[in-house]
Amino acid sequence: MFRTRPEARPATVEVMVEGRPVWVPEGASAAAAVLLAGLPSIRETAISGSPRAPYCMMGVCFDCLAVIDGVTNRQACMVAVTPGMRIERQGGARGVAP
Amino acid sequence: MQPRPFEAIVVGGGLVGAAIALGLTDQGVATVLLDEGDIAHRASRGNFGLVWVQSKGFGAPWYQRWTRGSAEAWPALAADLAARTGLDLALHQPGGVHLCLSEAEFEDRAAKMARMQAEAGNHGFDHRMIRAPELRDMLPGLGPAVVGASWTPYDGHASPLALLQALHRAFTAAGGAYIPDATVTAGSAAPHDFRVETAAGAFAAPRIVLAAGLGNADLAPLFGLAAPVRPQRGQILVTERARPVLPMPTTTIRQTGEGTIMLGDSMEEVGFDTSQSPPVMAEIARRAALSFPWIADLQVIRAWSALRVMAPDGLPIYDQSDRFPGAFTANCHSGVTLAGAHARIFAPMVAAGSLDPSLAPFSAKRFDVPHAA
Ligand SMILES: Cc1cc2nc3c(=O)[nH]c(=O)nc-3n(C[C@H](O)[C@H](O)[C@H](O)COP(=O)(O)OP(=O)(O)OC[C@H]3O[C@@H](n4cnc5c(N)ncnc54)[C@H](O)[C@@H]3O)c2cc1C
Ligand code: FES
Repeated sequence: MFRTRPEARPATVEVMVEGRPVWVPEGASAAAAVLLAGLPSIRETAISGSPRAPYCMMGVCFDCLAVIDGVTNRQACMVAVTPGMRIERQGGARGVAP
Repeated sequence: MQPRPFEAIVVGGGLVGAAIALGLTDQGVATVLLDEGDIAHRASRGNFGLVWVQSKGFGAPWYQRWTRGSAEAWPALAADLAARTGLDLALHQPGGVHLCLSEAEFEDRAAKMARMQAEAGNHGFDHRMIRAPELRDMLPGLGPAVVGASWTPYDGHASPLALLQALHRAFTAAGGAYIPDATVTAGSAAPHDFRVETAAGAFAAPRIVLAAGLGNADLAPLFGLAAPVRPQRGQILVTERARPVLPMPTTTIRQTGEGTIMLGDSMEEVGFDTSQSPPVMAEIARRAALSFPWIADLQVIRAWSALRVMAPDGLPIYDQSDRFPGAFTANCHSGVTLAGAHARIFAPMVAAGSLDPSLAPFSAKRFDVPHAA
């Protein structure tokens, strides 16, 4: 579904998306990594549990929410990749441990 | 141009005006609701969503009674609006607490609650001061800084945006006319004969209710009334959604039906300045994290400020003009809490043509008392 642009930069950064290694260009967003990984979705909504994948890629729709390096509900499209970054599914609302 | 005739004009489509307009329509009064456009000061779109009783009416027991009456009217209002619009107002009234973060705050609160009970007389004021060990069983993850809380069974919360939307939908579905972009710029008054000018045309009716929030200060004198309200800024922070964890609201912390946790709210005298201030936001977050340390792990995803509609003594203003009978004002800084009273108690009084004597203490005449020399 996604093709890289002709002038695309080389994929030099390795991140883990749902436990699978994915190579992405430096400066790409975590949401780009999710799309390159080919996942059908990266989160379930908090109320109805419906699946969502990155959509607007500009910080507006919140459909890219993911657990990134253990931090819940991050907007993956607003986070630049770092080597070894762990990007995981956000399953509905997060729990809190009082 | 001939004005469009109605049986009642309500100026202001916020929580107060919408509740009264719906109440009037339900009394069979043909009502037009005039509102401004999208860019307006609207406390109704920026508030905290408490249906709150316990701290209302210190030194003014009539306000405590009015507030309690509204909280009692809320379940029927929420059920009625849900049936008419399909909207869930997320009303929960499990009681609520005011957390005290020091021994001094606890003592102060205890004295205040005792005085409220004394002032309530036969009307009663059910409350308890609860110490931290017992409170810990009621509220998960309470911080060590909390020394105790006041509790009353009357408190609760609801979705204020769902309330506003439901009031509007029910009003138009019942045949009411909602006109946006209709800022009232001029008006003329005679007893039971009112006319207003707006960009959307002129309107006339034998009754008019001024419920324009902060706009009432300028409008009221046109109709022989006074509404000396000023803006008071409040700031609110909202966290990411979490699974249900808080069983009841506190004065400044509540978990919404969708799971976000709202933190608020400040009381700032800064005029019409709606900007946000990081020191105030930091203080809100600091007190929240002292109250419930686990809140510090949650991300704040939204924050805003809004302006309360505040009378000099902090109480609502309800009046009918002596000079121009048929002209009414309604102003308050608890438009969520008082929605039940506005729709189901106040509006029928307006429809009947006179305010109940129990509302007399809310008249703006209370501000006319000459100052002692
Ligand atoms: C931070 C904050 C927290 C709050 N928390 C709570 C809470 O927890 N519980 C609670 O009960 N209350 C709370 N409130 C108070 C509550 O929001 C207000 O009491 C309520 O919204 C007031 O409603 P209103 O309709 O009078 O005013 P507004 O919402 O300001 O509406 C006034 C309307 O009148 C219109 N208008 C103004 N001038 C004109 C004109 N000349 N012609 C036509 N239309 C006009 C405006 O466009 C606006 O739509 C809070 C308020 C704030 C700011
Ligand atoms: S993809 Fe829309 S906010 Fe990230």
